[in-house]
Amino acid sequence: MPVIKVKNLSKIFGKNAKQATKLLDEGLTKEEILKKTGNTVGVNRASFEVEEGEIFVIMGLSGSGKSTLVRLINRLIEPTEGSVMIDGEDLAKMNKQDLRGVRREKLSMVFQKFALFPHRTILQNAEFGLEVQGIDKEERSKRARESLDMVGLGEYIHQFPSQLSGGMQQRVGLARALANDPEVLLMDEAFSALDPLIRKEMQDELLELQDNMKKTILFITHDLDEALRIGDRIALMKDGKIVQIGTPEEILVNPANDYVEKFVEDVDRSKVLEAQHIMKRPETVDIEKHGPRAALERMRKEGLSSIYVVDRKRKLYGYVTADDVSAAAKQDKKNLHDILHTDVPKAEMHTSMHEIFNMIHDSPVPIAVVEGDKLKGIIVRGAVIAALAGSEVSINGDHS
Amino acid sequence: MEIIPKLPVAEWIDKATEWTTDTFEFLFDFIKEDFGDFIEFFAEDLLMAIPIWLFIAVIAVLAFFASGKRFGLVAFSVVGLWFISNQELWEELMNTFTLVIFASLISVIIGVPFGIWMAKSKTVQAILTPILDFMQTMPAFVYLIPAVAFFSIGMVPGVFASVIFATPPTVRFTNLGIRQVSKDLIEASDSFGTTGMQKLFKVQLPMAKTTIMAGINQTVMLALSMVVIASMIGAKGLGQTVITGLQRADVGTGFVAGLGIVILAIIIDRFTQNLNTQKGQ
Repeated sequence: MPVIKVKNLSKIFGKNAKQATKLLDEGLTKEEILKKTGNTVGVNRASFEVEEGEIFVIMGLSGSGKSTLVRLINRLIEPTEGSVMIDGEDLAKMNKQDLRGVRREKLSMVFQKFALFPHRTILQNAEFGLEVQGIDKEERSKRARESLDMVGLGEYIHQFPSQLSGGMQQRVGLARALANDPEVLLMDEAFSALDPLIRKEMQDELLELQDNMKKTILFITHDLDEALRIGDRIALMKDGKIVQIGTPEEILVNPANDYVEKFVEDVDRSKVLEAQHIMKRPETVDIEKHGPRAALERMRKEGLSSIYVVDRKRKLYGYVTADDVSAAAKQDKKNLHDILHTDVPKAEMHTSMHEIFNMIHDSPVPIAVVEGDKLKGIIVRGAVIAALAGSEVSINGDHS
Repeated sequence: MEIIPKLPVAEWIDKATEWTTDTFEFLFDFIKEDFGDFIEFFAEDLLMAIPIWLFIAVIAVLAFFASGKRFGLVAFSVVGLWFISNQELWEELMNTFTLVIFASLISVIIGVPFGIWMAKSKTVQAILTPILDFMQTMPAFVYLIPAVAFFSIGMVPGVFASVIFATPPTVRFTNLGIRQVSKDLIEASDSFGTTGMQKLFKVQLPMAKTTIMAGINQTVMLALSMVVIASMIGAKGLGQTVITGLQRADVGTGFVAGLGIVILAIIIDRFTQNLNTQKGQ
């Protein structure tokens, strides 16, 4: 059973919008309509369904109408035509009072620029939706706290939004939306204002939360990578029109038209999949300081079967394996020089994921990511697989 | 130009005023009598009943807390008020204070709702803006004339003229403050299903508070600036002493009373401003 059912939803800005919809039916493009009537087409007969518990991503570049589309769904913008069915009720035809009811109980929204109320504390912000519903103080405080705990902000409840970092502010935004326990979560470029590291963290957290709460989420983004990471299905928009709807795989493997193909290609070339993005901090031993016993101890503690050897300036010497180190320790050797392996699998910071995939396939040790002769990080097999699972781009590349 | 004779605009306005005076006589009389009595009671019986030392002490304590526990305003208030009482102008001060308080209070009570109305409707804004311009640019003396026609002389017409003159900033700043609330926050509020009233009281007014308070501060200052003018139609207070000084070419008396007004102005201004910066956080 789809929770949201959108049919032929259109928004035309400007006077005489109804007339312009007729031109849409005649198949005129956005530019032609603008020229002819002076009206701007925001959304052009969008139709889609979102299933219960699904993360449905609407993705498009700026000006594609995606932000307008999400506002048509909770009617922050009045639709010109079409219907938005939520639980079998058409929001587009509802009177104001019923609409308020739906907004209070079924739909919650998270905003790109957080839109927290600066004069309210974190707790009061999270309570806002419940307060509007007229729920009594104790109950709403309890539910808001639960919601804040869920996003890991339980300790900040008496701070004001301006005292929090961007990532934390958006957690409050999320908590405020979740406190209402809505059926549908509308997220309008919710993570776009955050810096890349925090954004990724938030995406992971959202997925983790979603595992437990199983909300129906409509997520708007301009970032294909984000769409691929979190979307169960993706709708691609261009000039107010939905050009393709499908799972991430379908979009990547069978782009519906040139536009989508170009989009996907673009990602393949330039997006995150470089060594520096998937590497992690290496465990190392210092060749000048550590002997076999120290190395063994470190490996045992971290559960490693091999470890990289560097000097104080992090210049890479090679690696030692657990077996060799253990033997050397028994023979009471004092340093690691004799047992050092120098046949290190190396990658540069910008080495593509593609090459790493081939390298790591038959490498007994993690790949060393170097800059000059300095060790910057290592790539373990798990990280490559995780990156692949998050984005099927490279699989697609491999097949083609 | 000769074709069109002089339009009898003045006559029209006279007629309108006359008609208003006659038609609403019962109302004006009521205000003149009962409200006038109340103002008189407030100034002469209530405020004058407070011993001067107690009044100064209370103001000092309030100043201490209003200015964030600093002593500058406290010292100024104590010395300033003591000076006025030393010059035997205490009763005049209380009368002026009463005039300002009532004029400001009525201005705010009228101004804030109009400001809200203006912010919510473009049409209302289009209609009210020129009226407010008119109210502020018309020489304040002119308001004395209908004030006298409606309420004869005394405190009540003084308050009336002051209200007309002092209301516009509150209306303007309330309108501005509400319109300045960012669109994001309005959207957020709407998305949670707020009614118009909830949005107003939970989001718009709290966010606009600092701006509205700045407008109220302006209103109070304008009301105070009307004190001298209002005493031309018999409003008691420091202004009257200034006018007396003028009529008798008595520089010293006029100047001392003027100084009293300045002291009162500074105290009231700092009070309202400090309240604003503290609560506006």
